Amino acid sequence: MTNRFRTPSGGRIDRRARVSFRFDGQTYDGFRGDTLASALIANGVHLVGRSFKYHRPRGFISAGSDEPNALVDVARDRARTAPNLRATQVELYEGLNATSQNRWPSLGFDAGAMNDLFSPFLPAGFYYKTFMWPAGAWKRFYEPKIRAMAGLGVAPTLPDPDRYTQNHAFCDVLVVGAGPAGLAAALAASESGAKVVLCDEQAELGGSLLAETTATIEGQPAAEWLSQTLATLTARDNVTLLPRTTAFGYFPHNLIALAERVTEHLASPDPNQPRERLWKVRAREVVIAAGALERPLVFPDNDRPGVMLADAGRTYLNRYGARVGERVVIFTAGDCGYRTALDLKAGGVAVVAVADLRAEVTGDLPARALAAGIDVRPATVVTGTSGRLRISAAHLAKVKDGAVGPSEKIACDALLMSGGLTPSVHLFSQSRGKLVWDEAAGAYLPGTSAERERSAGACRGVYGLAAVLEDGYAKGEAAASDARTHAAPGRAAAPASVAKGRAFNAAGDHASADGFIGATPHARNPAFVKAFVDWQNDVTVKDIKLATREGFRSIEHVKRYTTTGMATDQGKTSNMNALGIVSEAIGEAVPKIGLTTFRPPFTPTTFGIFAGEARGDLFDPVRKTAIHDWAAEHGATFEDVSLWKRAHYFPKAGEDMHAAVARECRAVRSSVGMFDASTLGKIEIVGPDAAEFMNRMYTNAWLKLAPGRLRYGVMLREDGFVMDDGVVGRMAEDRFHVTTTTGGAPRVLAHMEDYLQTEWPDLDVWLTSTTEQWAVIAVQGPKARAVLEPLVEGIDLSREAFPHMSVREGRICGVPTRLFSVSFTGELGFEVNVPATYGRAVWEAIFAAGEPFGITPYGTETMHVLRAEKGYIIVGQETDGTATPDDVGLGWAVGKAKKDFVGKRSLERAAFFRPDRKQLVGLLTKDPRTVLEEGAQVVADPKALVPVPMLGHVTSSYMSATLERSIALAVVKGGRARIGQTLVVPMPGRMIEVDVVEPVFYDPKGERLDG
Amino acid sequence: MAELMPSLPLDTLAAAPRDVAVARLVALGPAARLVFRGREAAIGPAGEAFGVPLPREACRVNAADGRYALWLGPDEWMLLALDTDPAPIFAAIEAATAGLPHALTDVSARSTGIEIAGPQAAFVLGQGCPLDLSPEAFPVGMCTRTLFHKAEIVLVRTAPDIFHIDVWRSFAPYVWELLEEGRREFA
Repeated sequence: MTNRFRTPSGGRIDRRARVSFRFDGQTYDGFRGDTLASALIANGVHLVGRSFKYHRPRGFISAGSDEPNALVDVARDRARTAPNLRATQVELYEGLNATSQNRWPSLGFDAGAMNDLFSPFLPAGFYYKTFMWPAGAWKRFYEPKIRAMAGLGVAPTLPDPDRYTQNHAFCDVLVVGAGPAGLAAALAASESGAKVVLCDEQAELGGSLLAETTATIEGQPAAEWLSQTLATLTARDNVTLLPRTTAFGYFPHNLIALAERVTEHLASPDPNQPRERLWKVRAREVVIAAGALERPLVFPDNDRPGVMLADAGRTYLNRYGARVGERVVIFTAGDCGYRTALDLKAGGVAVVAVADLRAEVTGDLPARALAAGIDVRPATVVTGTSGRLRISAAHLAKVKDGAVGPSEKIACDALLMSGGLTPSVHLFSQSRGKLVWDEAAGAYLPGTSAERERSAGACRGVYGLAAVLEDGYAKGEAAASDARTHAAPGRAAAPASVAKGRAFNAAGDHASADGFIGATPHARNPAFVKAFVDWQNDVTVKDIKLATREGFRSIEHVKRYTTTGMATDQGKTSNMNALGIVSEAIGEAVPKIGLTTFRPPFTPTTFGIFAGEARGDLFDPVRKTAIHDWAAEHGATFEDVSLWKRAHYFPKAGEDMHAAVARECRAVRSSVGMFDASTLGKIEIVGPDAAEFMNRMYTNAWLKLAPGRLRYGVMLREDGFVMDDGVVGRMAEDRFHVTTTTGGAPRVLAHMEDYLQTEWPDLDVWLTSTTEQWAVIAVQGPKARAVLEPLVEGIDLSREAFPHMSVREGRICGVPTRLFSVSFTGELGFEVNVPATYGRAVWEAIFAAGEPFGITPYGTETMHVLRAEKGYIIVGQETDGTATPDDVGLGWAVGKAKKDFVGKRSLERAAFFRPDRKQLVGLLTKDPRTVLEEGAQVVADPKALVPVPMLGHVTSSYMSATLERSIALAVVKGGRARIGQTLVVPMPGRMIEVDVVEPVFYDPKGERLDG
Repeated sequence: MAELMPSLPLDTLAAAPRDVAVARLVALGPAARLVFRGREAAIGPAGEAFGVPLPREACRVNAADGRYALWLGPDEWMLLALDTDPAPIFAAIEAATAGLPHALTDVSARSTGIEIAGPQAAFVLGQGCPLDLSPEAFPVGMCTRTLFHKAEIVLVRTAPDIFHIDVWRSFAPYVWELLEEGRREFA
């Protein structure tokens, strides 16, 4: 059965290019230009899926992106597996491998179909009513089972190997939809030189013109006009044409997201090409030319494979040369169905009957159908269908005086339905434009705009080829003109251009506004029939009526209760009929019931396109210091500190972290170690008012700090809590070199800029981030001076000339340096600041000079241990945003005599003087080998009544190699008054007794700082 | 003492860039970079001392003899001189602006330069930069601080098809690799 349903000629497929593909393991032939759907239809295959809830056999409904049924899985390999693709949009390529979904063991025989028999027990909202007992079973049992039974495709579990890119684009006019309205709009807009982007979700641009065989435009066949128009647009430099590109989201300020499928249609895509590209288009003006979607009719058994939309049947024939059947019945509520009847008959298909819902059938198209010998039956409905995996007969019945008569079975292999057209207002609705019910059109149409857009053509209820072309042209002109008068910032606005308009001479059978909304009548017992409203979520008329009986009146509530319109197709085919059914059931007009809001995406969109290139190592910037590579070469392990990679410790062969850190600590205490402190935030504060500014930002007093001296500074937030700290050097009267914590650098700079710009614009002082200007090498330990002395020029390193907490400028190894005598270890120490360009070279020079002393590179873990031994806090570890300077033992750094500084007033709050504030203390475990866990709670009496009162928690805890015992810092309520007490740290299975001590464990007098 | 070798953050990555004629990628060499901020009175003398007047129009670059003055804010400029020692420039500007409220800071080592050139350069940049990089919206001689993906950059259009990126050192590999990703489809 190869292409038995293919016409001998015609259509836009390339009949010289045969394409072989597989569906559910069977090989078929199609042609280039086919979709998976058209190729299967040409091969007589209509059964392509099982429904979501009842597992009913399903076939194609439409020929476009509104398809609710034909969702397939297309697999290139195990990782490149895309579920839930609409077969109507999958372009055929050689070797395409598609499978159906939601069936087991096979599409023809599906065990899940027993749900259909149990359907009386699965009414709307069944999961709200059943599965409620026993408690907890929902999560453990019901939900997983229901999810396995229902549902659609299966996502691949392997990482996605494809590339996705994103780009920002700007244009004067974005035209969405390349049907006649969109093409005319693009022509008109680009005429004036405006930058135009024209996108369309289909592989070929042309929209409805692609399925026109008889229409003419300007005296030419529509296809001819289309190719000339595309050639004209292609030749214009100011036009970008984007086929296979779905405008899926309309965001504020005319930001429209387009998903371009770049390689999806290719048999062997170039791995350098992205699979998909996200266009973030900022359009000055938008023309929405999204067209209209045909509405199905809602009648019993309307989901049998072979029941399709009439215009889809016409499209398959005219565009793809594929007949949807040999004997076709058409059920229509307007003239649209006749257009299909005439085309099908001309294409060699037997049109057995046209059942017309209308009692009076007049007009040109029905007359021509009659003249062609087609059996036209007015006042006739379909009351059911026969067949199992494919329709075999339609049951037709006359309606007389509102009563449905007996039905007659008419054998057929396809039943095409047409309920009229629904303007595609999705994007307009997404733009927050207001939709207005139009009684004449029987549809919601775009009303007041919220964005700079206008709709053109069928998506605003304009039908008829000439009218659509003229509307499109006028809207294109208007958009280009508006774009000129609303020029971008920095560009001069131009006067509006004069709209000339253009008349199009076009002829063809065109769609019209007539149609039907709701469920068509039948005389069968409603309890035993299924008339589907929403195919994808298996919602029937019965479900919606049940919802209205249970009191739901707003469509928003009916939607959520029945799930109608909530499937991945967002109710493209179902929304209006659901409204009609609710309207009839509760006796209210459609506009009173409301309309649900359309939200992005218009059609399902891959996660890959949102991630773009932000994945793997490029998900976030990985910041590395100038010395990073040296550390990596010397075996360092790294830890993440904000975006930075910092050397954590430098294990030697056979060492674990504990051993490496112990060795590094001993080296610093006994001889000398070196540490990469480059990630510390740095800010250069310069200007005549620099000292005044420092005085206001920090708690300390700065005015009297002499140039060449360092001071440890504490910065508060307005609320009086510690925000950041760091060592600050006064380089000159008007210049400070400020350091911040690694993670706090951007926050501190923004905090300072904020005050400077909003509170004190009068101060003559400016801030510049110098974090990355300087590589910082900390050389710490009793031998630090000896290591550096031979390398430094122009600085006297002696204790007298260069005391602790000083800064000098000079050269090291010939490179300019700002040399700090500062210690975060408690040992004699220096921090060598050199331009980052020389960071590694100077590091290597110091390492070489230190070798005679056994200089030891150390990482952040050793740095943490050494500072904890000295009781130096780390902002963010000992503080949590609720610690005052006094809480963490920094009361001494607050300039009591200062008139003001940020946070000063807050420090006077009564709560800050309570004796039970959490205060920084040291904890020593009774057993020196026990290392507490950071974050562990501290209590007084673990046997107290639950909840046991918490006194505080451990903030830092290490094994100290120097002290040969564990040490910990903690914040404890009224901690300073508890020094000398024994408290308890309760841990699972044991109670750890700790002595509360002063938070300085090593060299409390600081005698080692000067070496 | 042997002279130390400077190292730039893209030394390794940029050693062998992919050959893409429509968007060539080059890591630029060392440069003097000074941030000048100050009150009105200091702006003129600073430009005179630098040898290039500081542009007063927003987001514009003035250039002469390999020296560039980039407008980054109403009171902020980046002064850039290719392959030059920053110290003499620093001293000259300080001398010219002595007594006038201003701040001059040497940030020569803070960032590194990347050039992307070719007819697709703007498209490649547009993958990560949210600005309109068309010649009308972003003409030759325009500069701005902006984003490239998640990294802050300073972007300059030096010729119709040539852009310069100035990016902090630690962000440079991230920017470079994303530029390489963006160029891949033209390889």
